[in-house]
Amino acid sequence: MQAFLEKAVSLRFEIAAVVLFGIGFMNLLLQNNLIKKIVAFNVMDSSVFLFLASQGYIEGRMAPIVQNGVTDASQYVNPIPAGLVLTGIVVSVSVSAFFLALVQRLYKHYHTVDFDEIMMMAKKKVD
Amino acid sequence: MKKNTWKAFTAWVNGTAEESRPLRREAGQSAHEKHPLFHLNEEMRVRLFRWEYRAVALIVCLTVVAVLLFTVFHLPLFGEPNNPAVNEVVERYVEKGLEETGAVNMVSGMILDYRAFDTFGESSVLFLAVTSVMMLLLRDEKNISAEEDIQEAHERIIEKEASDRILQKVVSLVMPCIFLFGIYVVLNGHISPGGGFSGGAIMGAGLILYGSAFGTDKVREIFTMKTFRRITSSALLCYAASKAYSFYTGANGLPTGIPLGTPGAIFSSGLILVLDICVGMVVACTMYGFYVLFARGEI
Amino acid sequence: MQPIYYNIPFVCIFLCMVGGITMPLQKNGQTALRTTVAVCLAVALLCGGLAGILYAREESFVYQMGHFPAPWGNELYVGPLEAMLTAVFALVMAMSILGGRQTFMEDVLPPKQRFYFTMMCMILASLLALSFTNDIFTGYVFIEISTLAACAIVMARDTEKTIAATIRYLVISLLGSGLFLIGLALLYCVTGHLLMPQLLTRVQLLSLAGGYHVPLTVVCGLLAIGMGIKSAMFPFYAWLPQAHGGATTSSSAVLSGLVLKGYIIFLIRIFYRVFSISVVRSLSIMDILFVFGIAGMLLGSVMAMREEHIKRMLAYSSIAQIGYIFMGIGLGTDAGIVAAFFQILSHAVTKPLLFLSAGRLSEIRHHEKSLYRLRGTARSDRLAGVGFTLGGLSMIGIPLLTGFTAKFFFAEAAVVGGLRMWAAILALAVSSVLNALYYIPAIIAIWSRPAEEYEELRTPNRGFAVAAVVLMAGVVLLGTAAGPVLRVIRMGLSML
Repeated sequence: MQAFLEKAVSLRFEIAAVVLFGIGFMNLLLQNNLIKKIVAFNVMDSSVFLFLASQGYIEGRMAPIVQNGVTDASQYVNPIPAGLVLTGIVVSVSVSAFFLALVQRLYKHYHTVDFDEIMMMAKKKVD
Repeated sequence: MKKNTWKAFTAWVNGTAEESRPLRREAGQSAHEKHPLFHLNEEMRVRLFRWEYRAVALIVCLTVVAVLLFTVFHLPLFGEPNNPAVNEVVERYVEKGLEETGAVNMVSGMILDYRAFDTFGESSVLFLAVTSVMMLLLRDEKNISAEEDIQEAHERIIEKEASDRILQKVVSLVMPCIFLFGIYVVLNGHISPGGGFSGGAIMGAGLILYGSAFGTDKVREIFTMKTFRRITSSALLCYAASKAYSFYTGANGLPTGIPLGTPGAIFSSGLILVLDICVGMVVACTMYGFYVLFARGEI
Repeated sequence: MQPIYYNIPFVCIFLCMVGGITMPLQKNGQTALRTTVAVCLAVALLCGGLAGILYAREESFVYQMGHFPAPWGNELYVGPLEAMLTAVFALVMAMSILGGRQTFMEDVLPPKQRFYFTMMCMILASLLALSFTNDIFTGYVFIEISTLAACAIVMARDTEKTIAATIRYLVISLLGSGLFLIGLALLYCVTGHLLMPQLLTRVQLLSLAGGYHVPLTVVCGLLAIGMGIKSAMFPFYAWLPQAHGGATTSSSAVLSGLVLKGYIIFLIRIFYRVFSISVVRSLSIMDILFVFGIAGMLLGSVMAMREEHIKRMLAYSSIAQIGYIFMGIGLGTDAGIVAAFFQILSHAVTKPLLFLSAGRLSEIRHHEKSLYRLRGTARSDRLAGVGFTLGGLSMIGIPLLTGFTAKFFFAEAAVVGGLRMWAAILALAVSSVLNALYYIPAIIAIWSRPAEEYEELRTPNRGFAVAAVVLMAGVVLLGTAAGPVLRVIRMGLSML
């Protein structure tokens, strides 16, 4: 039991990230309000960024910017996750913008942001 | 029964049948009516379906969380220096990064030199997003009604007349600082924290602030749709050209002929500075583009 | 110094991306369309040539993107199989754009037409990158490019219905990308690499030593399900009919024929080049894919039978065809994957032909879409009628057409004995009958005499004629001369 708790404490960021991922995922599926869906999507992506960032951290080391000409690998944290997170953030910003634009247009057409209602109304429209 | 089906079929083949295909539609509906569960009106059925959907979705989500939590307990511990993620790749990025890319900021060196193809893709995602938002929100007869046009004109008049003095004064004081800081962050991307994305976001925020204080018409005097299009496309093209050059020379083992300079100076680390500037311009324009497209439906 | 043709994949990807970036600067929609078609044809030519060279020399190569080799920099991996697939994709894309041109010009407002072609170029770039890349994170970035661009070409028609369909498509795609991204993060956490060859050695070391067994299984599942959601694998298909059925003709053809395939190819590459197929087989992911594939094959067809709307019927049929591909992967044998690749090619040619013909048929009736109102249209435009008939017959599995050949390969691959063989063969037989049950009535309907007189558009459509002839030739060629294609697929697979 103690070993388990110690592990849980050590892995706290990963656990938090996974729980957040679950929250985001669930809300993205279940929320009817489209704006809340966007928020959920951002929670989900941020949780992955938290996970990646926690993978990069190494106890007692410096940020990956060369200081005083020291280029010893044992002095700096892992720079790769930072790069991946940066890419991920840009992607999630872009998708959020597109999503919001779609919601704006939908609101103009259907005067609601309720996903189910929009789907019901869309079904009745002819094309 | 059989004869009827055949008749219906021939009628349908000859095109004399009713519009809704009689063979399947009606058969399906009558089955629905007979079954007690389907003897509900449309709304009830939809509601039932929603509850089913919710239950299934809830189970799926809980499974995902449970599986992920279970997995997490099998992962290497947090913050340990001998985790599998800390390997020869990290070692080279840290130890040789300065020498090979000339960038003091290892993350910049990594995303703009070692793994520059990803970053090109990522800038393209941003470009795609702003293009698709333009497809959706640029004003045309499909998405703006006459009523909205009138409302829009009203808002503009209000914007012009009821302009906020305090806000405008503060903005005109703060604006240069924001821009200067943004440019600083972009230009120092390879020697300190920052880079094209963060610097571009700062400049974009400055433009948005200016636009909201003085009205977007004022911004349009210097920043029109044409300039927007030209800046984003040419910055991305410049990015593509410089990366194509470096990929081509790298893959074919040719020398680039671009000096890396002394680490720590502004003009160092070869193409990274150019790439940072390109990315910065794209990001600044995109951020402002999003703002005006959402607010006004035009740039 | 490496041979000059090694540069072709890199040149193709950059050609598409630069093309996409310059589209907003084009004068109008017409010039943008011409440039896009030219880019697609150039890519098709280059990749086709590359496939020929690689096949003749029996080689595959790794192209280093930049100055740094494998674990540090990005890489492309290209074999004859990838080159052939992308050549076909690029050609089909050019034909889809040409064939749907007239409808497109009416559906999309002139000032926004240029943007549409940005999306098309980016879709081609992402297809190329997903087929070539040797780095899973690059793969993720291009998956997102593909998602955004695909959503954008769905909503390009800009009706209330297509925008509602787009939001559904986007939400479900985001779930898929989220699962893929967390899978990728877990994989990075236990291996510390992002490039496929290094991942492969690490995964094999781990599976030999028995370390991190749980995370690896979960990662494999997450990646497979993430890609499955995006390519409309059976339980996750709900978004597809509205999105593919409602979009403008070119978009439907490209989405159904190509975009779904990019994700599947990437998934197969992950199976082979990251986990190695023997490890994946031992993880029982294959069983799940097999069951989902079969369910998709049957239910897709059943739903298509209930559909009146011609394009939605074709969209449901896509779900069934994707089911075939997943069934082939789920068989777990090399023969199954070969058949899946052949089906990818076969569907990439047939479905655009069907969509373009259906689009043309409804165009001459002023965009009527219900099958009842399209009765007799084939008499007014015989070429479109022949195209639809040929495509439909190929889907049913009439010999000499590509659909039959694909089914034949699936049946051949299924002869592994045991439960799987019977399930697969039964599903193939039932699904063929089901296909016939909705394609034959549709074919009869378009050739039979209409009940009432309709006002019809009589202007010829040369773009469609070119596209239909090329795609019909493709359907017949793949059906009759499958030998060389099969050899390329086998060779490419053995090198993966």
